[in-house]
Amino acid sequence: MTNPIRIALAGNPNTGKTTLFNALTGLRQHTGNWAGKTVSLAEGNVQFKGKTYHFIDLPGTYSLFSNSTDEEVARNYIVFERPDVTLVVLDATSLERNFNLALQILEMTRNVIVCINLIDEAEKKGIKINERLLTNRLGVPVIKLSARNKVGFDLLLDTIERIVNGAIECNPTQMTYSDEIEEQIKKIEPYIREMVGDRLSSRWVSLRLLDGDERLLDEIKNRLQLEEVKKTNEYRTAIL
Amino acid sequence: MNIEQLYSEAQQLSSPKLRDEIVHHLYKRSSQLCQEGVTYSKSKSDTKTEKLDAIFTSPLFGFPIMIVMLGLVFYLTIAGANIPSSMLAEFFGWLENYITAFFTFIHAPEWLHGVLVLGLYRGTTWVISVMLPPMAIFFPTFALLENYGYLPRVAFNMDRIFKKVGAHGKQSLTMAMGFGCNAAAVISTRIIESPRERMLAILTNNFVPCNGRWGTLIVLASLFMAANFTGGLKSLVTTGVIVGLVLFGIIVTFFVSWVLSKTALKGVPTHYTLELPPYRRPKFFDTVIRSSLTKSWTVLVRAVKVAAPAAILTWVIANIYIGDTSILMYMVQFLDPFGQLLGLDGYIMLAFILGMPANEIVFPILLMGYLSTGALTEVDNLVDLKNIFLEQGWTWVTALNMMLFSLLHYPCGTTLINIYKETKSKKWTFLAFLIPTVIAILVPFIIAQTARLLGWI
Repeated sequence: MTNPIRIALAGNPNTGKTTLFNALTGLRQHTGNWAGKTVSLAEGNVQFKGKTYHFIDLPGTYSLFSNSTDEEVARNYIVFERPDVTLVVLDATSLERNFNLALQILEMTRNVIVCINLIDEAEKKGIKINERLLTNRLGVPVIKLSARNKVGFDLLLDTIERIVNGAIECNPTQMTYSDEIEEQIKKIEPYIREMVGDRLSSRWVSLRLLDGDERLLDEIKNRLQLEEVKKTNEYRTAIL
Repeated sequence: MNIEQLYSEAQQLSSPKLRDEIVHHLYKRSSQLCQEGVTYSKSKSDTKTEKLDAIFTSPLFGFPIMIVMLGLVFYLTIAGANIPSSMLAEFFGWLENYITAFFTFIHAPEWLHGVLVLGLYRGTTWVISVMLPPMAIFFPTFALLENYGYLPRVAFNMDRIFKKVGAHGKQSLTMAMGFGCNAAAVISTRIIESPRERMLAILTNNFVPCNGRWGTLIVLASLFMAANFTGGLKSLVTTGVIVGLVLFGIIVTFFVSWVLSKTALKGVPTHYTLELPPYRRPKFFDTVIRSSLTKSWTVLVRAVKVAAPAAILTWVIANIYIGDTSILMYMVQFLDPFGQLLGLDGYIMLAFILGMPANEIVFPILLMGYLSTGALTEVDNLVDLKNIFLEQGWTWVTALNMMLFSLLHYPCGTTLINIYKETKSKKWTFLAFLIPTVIAILVPFIIAQTARLLGWI
């Protein structure tokens, strides 16, 4: 059996993220517990064009720093569990505030779809969103949705499928910071890349180390150690 | 190189401002994206909100407006509460005559009259007449401001200071809650995600006076602080004193938060997004009725429930004699030297100790203590009340220090229980008791000693 295709949902609280999750997965969901964390996440499957997509509803957060357990769980899932596609659900009526999270996720992982939800409400308020322009600027698909009325679902599932089979290639544009920060990133990024390879975004890890994110440091240490143990075990079983 | 070496290397390169810079860039990019990709056809209410926010959250006018608003609410409370307060007091005094007459008529024993009328009746009716009118005005006015959307702007303004002292901006919301009830406010700190900042909010919430203390503060301020003024000016001066006290409490909050965030609760405040709701025309009738009736009523019931047993207890210990001294007097004499150091007296200290279950009963207990020893005047208006205090040797320093002690002292029993439930830690609960107590002793001590040294009293 091949691994199921995993789709993570991230987003600010109250953006309709869970509404979208429920509407997509219907009753085909259960609650999963994540190792070492008391936070439980809802999961559910969606069938589309003969394939099974496994959706994971991450905790709603405003950012992805190590501020709270929720933020850490959401961030660790995206970074370490590496879902095939990450959906960022944004509230169309307060995009400016919501973009913040999308930009952070684009620094962490490649395959991202930006879902602009509550589009019907935004249109009522006279907000017009040019998703083509945003797609160009962000380098990943931007899709308008109304989770409540199931508007835009076909396009969303279609886009997910095309990312998974490689028809769409995401190329997230990276944030650029002040010259000083960029200089610092340049100094340590090569070492990080050597260490983590392509498992993590070395630019993002560099930034977090500069930021002094000790919780992430611990997480990385644990994960690297686990891998070491795994490797030695594999090696042992191989020679025995 | 391993990851830890890289981390310490990164730390050397980095500056403490880095996170702020990162967040700043994220926001800049977000707004840039929105400018390019989103067009707004603005509705009228949007532009109105923007214009009002430019005033209410302006760095220049934000704080003066807040202080004026606070003053306005207190002024309305104080000026408006005076007349109904004395009317209620007079009414209860008038009713007491009939109740006493009834007790004489049925030949009730002296002690029964003592417990029920002089103890229970006087204690509880005092709570009602002193506290009900201010609450009935304060709550709805505050609720109207909240309803209008002004309170979130207060939180926005305060956020800057809270960040500076290492605390969380949402703390201002939990403080606003504390103006109602500290016990409820402790639970409301759940809105702060970070445990460190939440602890700061819990430990300092006590420094905003809850409604159990408003009565004490307002009555003492109007009796002693504005004694030489009359009419509107009197209420104005009283308001000034109360606003000053509240600001002092807030300054203490900042100070304690700052000290703790540099010592026991070291750390950098977390970022959060505060959503400012649009201004709304308050639902006047709904708000006024709901908050004045429901809230005042529940608070009052609570006060009376706790005050009634305390009233009985106070009367009993004031009337059981060992030798020729009552138990109450033994306690008062024991506490008096310490009280005098703080510019207070033994009765006041005892009232605060017996008032531990709820702040609402401190004032009635004090009054009952004084009445049981002093001349038994008919207390049916606020001037007689002042005479009782003057007979006990009160000066403006006594009044000021009692107000300060009330503002700063340990949280009430319910609040402490809630703190324990929320923190699950005996150590932090004890600190929540200790920090305010130490401050509440130090501040009046300094004031009393200075006043004596300079010969002001």
